[in-house]
Amino acid sequence: MVKRILIVEDEANIVESLAFLLRRDGFDVSTIPDGARALAEAERITPDLMILDVMLPNLSGFDVLRDLRTHGALGTTPVMMLTAKGQTRDRDQAEQLGADLFMTKPFSNAEIIAQARRLTGLTP
Amino acid sequence: MPSWNTIVITSLLYVALLFCVAFWAEQRAKRGQFGWIRTPWVYTLSLSVYCTAWTYYGGVGSAARSGLEFAAIYLGPTLTFLGWWLVLRKLVRISNEQRTTSVADLLSSRYGKSTSIGVVVTLIAVLASTPYIALQLQSLSLSFALFSDVGTQPAQTAFWIACGLAAFTILFGTRHVDANEQHYGVVTAIALEAVVKLVALTSVGLFVVFGIADGPTDIFARMPDPELLSAEVFGPRWVTLLFLSATAVICLPRMFQVAVVENVDERHLATASWAFPFYVFLISLFVLPIAIAGMTGLPSDANPDLYVLTVPLGAGNGSLALLAFLGGFSAATSMVIVAAIALSTMVSNHIIMPLWLRSAKKSPTASGDVRHMLLFSRRASIIGILALGYIYFRFTGGSTALASIGLIAFLGVAQLLPSIIGALYWRGATRTGAITAVIAGFAVWAYTLFIPSFDGAFLLPPEVISNGPWGISLLRPQQLFGSEFADPLVHATVWSMTVNITALVAVSLLSQPSALEQLQAKLFVDVFNITADRPAIALQRAAKSEDLFELAQRILGRETSWRMFTDIARSQGKHSGLPDPTAELTERLERALAGAIGSASAHAMVSQIGGHGTVSVSELMRMADETAQIIEYSNRIEEKSRELQETASQLRHANARLHEIAEQKDAFLSQISHELRTPMTSVRSFAEILRDGDDLEPEQARRFVSIIHEEAQRLTRLLDEILDVSVLENGKAQIEKVPVSLNASIEQALAATEPLMRRAGVQLIHASGPDITVSADRDRLAQVLINVLSNAVKYGRGQPPAIIVQVSRDRDQVQVTVADNGPGIAPDDQEKVFEKFTRLQHQTLAGSAGLGLPISREIMRNLDGDLTLDPNGPGASFRITLKTYDENNHTL
Repeated sequence: MVKRILIVEDEANIVESLAFLLRRDGFDVSTIPDGARALAEAERITPDLMILDVMLPNLSGFDVLRDLRTHGALGTTPVMMLTAKGQTRDRDQAEQLGADLFMTKPFSNAEIIAQARRLTGLTP
Repeated sequence: MPSWNTIVITSLLYVALLFCVAFWAEQRAKRGQFGWIRTPWVYTLSLSVYCTAWTYYGGVGSAARSGLEFAAIYLGPTLTFLGWWLVLRKLVRISNEQRTTSVADLLSSRYGKSTSIGVVVTLIAVLASTPYIALQLQSLSLSFALFSDVGTQPAQTAFWIACGLAAFTILFGTRHVDANEQHYGVVTAIALEAVVKLVALTSVGLFVVFGIADGPTDIFARMPDPELLSAEVFGPRWVTLLFLSATAVICLPRMFQVAVVENVDERHLATASWAFPFYVFLISLFVLPIAIAGMTGLPSDANPDLYVLTVPLGAGNGSLALLAFLGGFSAATSMVIVAAIALSTMVSNHIIMPLWLRSAKKSPTASGDVRHMLLFSRRASIIGILALGYIYFRFTGGSTALASIGLIAFLGVAQLLPSIIGALYWRGATRTGAITAVIAGFAVWAYTLFIPSFDGAFLLPPEVISNGPWGISLLRPQQLFGSEFADPLVHATVWSMTVNITALVAVSLLSQPSALEQLQAKLFVDVFNITADRPAIALQRAAKSEDLFELAQRILGRETSWRMFTDIARSQGKHSGLPDPTAELTERLERALAGAIGSASAHAMVSQIGGHGTVSVSELMRMADETAQIIEYSNRIEEKSRELQETASQLRHANARLHEIAEQKDAFLSQISHELRTPMTSVRSFAEILRDGDDLEPEQARRFVSIIHEEAQRLTRLLDEILDVSVLENGKAQIEKVPVSLNASIEQALAATEPLMRRAGVQLIHASGPDITVSADRDRLAQVLINVLSNAVKYGRGQPPAIIVQVSRDRDQVQVTVADNGPGIAPDDQEKVFEKFTRLQHQTLAGSAGLGLPISREIMRNLDGDLTLDPNGPGASFRITLKTYDENNHTL
């Protein structure tokens, strides 16, 4: 069964590279560039993994994560957070809010694929 | 008749008894067991020094010569004591407050702690008292001579008596340095003598009335000359006598000594006010009967002044005569002793001490032991005074009647009365006034009474007395200005007192009192009102405590000084060491010293320690100046502290600002990191894809490479912007000011942003007007316009979005307004948009690091213009201000 990944990111070039990598690895990838519309999109496609940027227009990645974790059906969706600000404070906040993984930009493609596989349960 | 030997031995035994009593009282007082020696009764009895040999013997003599005249001498003090509430009470209070040592000290203290007045009063007191002392010596030697069958020299007797009196006085009168302290030994001995006097005179009286005559009726029936009794009672002489004797109780140095200085308790006065008049009444009771008995029972050539002795002797009652002799002995010795104490204190404190102080002016604390010096000067003074009395006695030869000598002395010291009354009741009385009054009154006294009393034997020859100097009859001593008084005493009294009082009032009104005089005047006149809360008069600038203690120790002795200083230190809340040199310390020390050496000397000494002389008006002015300086200084301190507070608040502000800047810097770095990482992420990711992907389609690979290129350019731009900010902010940017066509610049910027606007569907509203040549840098102005326009496109969010560009001109000022039709910028954020990396929302915009507006503003300011936000504009309205190009400005 094909795993679905939702990428919430506003930098078009980063979305393009992530989508290319994950699709080539066999995932079903959806993208949304706006934090405010992220939850609705997730409800629609019920992803197996959400890749979430922190600095998003309209609603920040942290706010999206908070809403997701209190959302009944989607509450347990694995979340990988991406940020260009590698600060400890942001990392702590992400963990506190229930992010499964916190990755700093720029990332290694191989690492992203490996973590996506792990978080979607394809590999242990 | 008792033999000469009996008389001498009895006298010696009696003197020995007095010594014992005095010694015993001293010892008790020393142990603090005062008992009855400190009662109003002893005080009252000691007042009886008023009754000297003159009253004892002379009263009877006077009665024999002038009848009831003697009564006036007794009535005067009675009046003074009955009216004690008026004058005596105030005198005693002031004396205790000021630790007065003598009448000279009282006047000196009141009139500005003046040395000169002390000297004048002392001299007058000595001059007036010397005949009086001589009188006592005379009466003593006369009474001794009466018992002498071998013809002893009266002068010799007087000499030995004088020596004995000097010894007694030195022994019991100069035990303490503090002259204000009570001489319990002397006072008790005087009280004993008072009793002896009374008993003796009463015994003689009783013997006369009941032994010689058959009771009171009989004795008065024997009156030889009834005229005596009917003699004018309320006539001028009688009133004069009344006045003089009433005055004498206050002004006579010895009376001032016992009544004021030796007073330990003000309440004793209340008892004495009736007990002393009663004593005087008892003493005077038998005067007339004894006089009558003498006149009738004795030969007519018998000296009436010795009736007290000769009447019992004539009646063959030897033991009674002995008692009467002892009474007279008591009267004379007590007067001499007390007078010697009083006068020696005055001479020592007001003449010797000031002279000594002057000679030792450099270092009052380092010039030997003042105590010894003080005691020595007192003892020397006692000897000197008695010597003076003895010499006077030798030269006058006892020719004058006792009574007249006494009255001359009374009027002499009465010259102090106006100044004393002025001291107590008239604040306007001044030192100059008092000195003038005393000297003038005394001069009149000497000229009209004292010198003529020698009957031409002294200073004034007889013809001057009867015809006036140089034959000017107006200046005749006893008929001054032709005034006719039957009695020279009345004449002298009227003239001297008139001159005295006139001088006091007139000169006081004309002269200006010093500050210290005014203060002392207040302390004296208002003594009853200000005792409760003594005004702390800080006239002395305090000296060092060590120096003051040193001074105190030298005069008061170590123990007393230590007690006083520790007491003051305790009251200051200090538990060890010397007290702080406050005004209170100086003032208390001065008062304590005044008790020993008089107020003027005490003041001079403490002032010397304090490093300055008397306190004058100029001194007060200087002190006032100092106060003003202190006030000014404290104002300056306040000013400084205000400035410091301001500085502190500025520093706080700056500190907060620095914190803010530091935070901004952190945020800036974090922001740069973020801005750099974002393009770097794409670059790395696509680079890895290209490196690893062998199966990429060529089209795909090309696209990825172009993304990498695009992001690399973005990175470059970002770095350029950061450098641009730093260069602009440091003022190192190369910006030229040349004539630039504004329209051309706007067109250039619009062309550059046209694709962006088109993509965003923004409607541009811009009406091109007449061209304006502005002073600017062509590329930089375009950069600013592009930045503002692209911001308007990115953040405008109008529905539908529109951008309005307007140009306006006011003389040499040109404004370009770029506004969107969105909601505008919140007032709180309006200033923030010009800060670096400020992003009002979580918005990521390609190509912007949040540095556009800060850079644009820096550029405009470098062009002498500005970039501001119009708070009233529609939406976000940015206003670019520029200067028109002026040829003249730039040729300069």
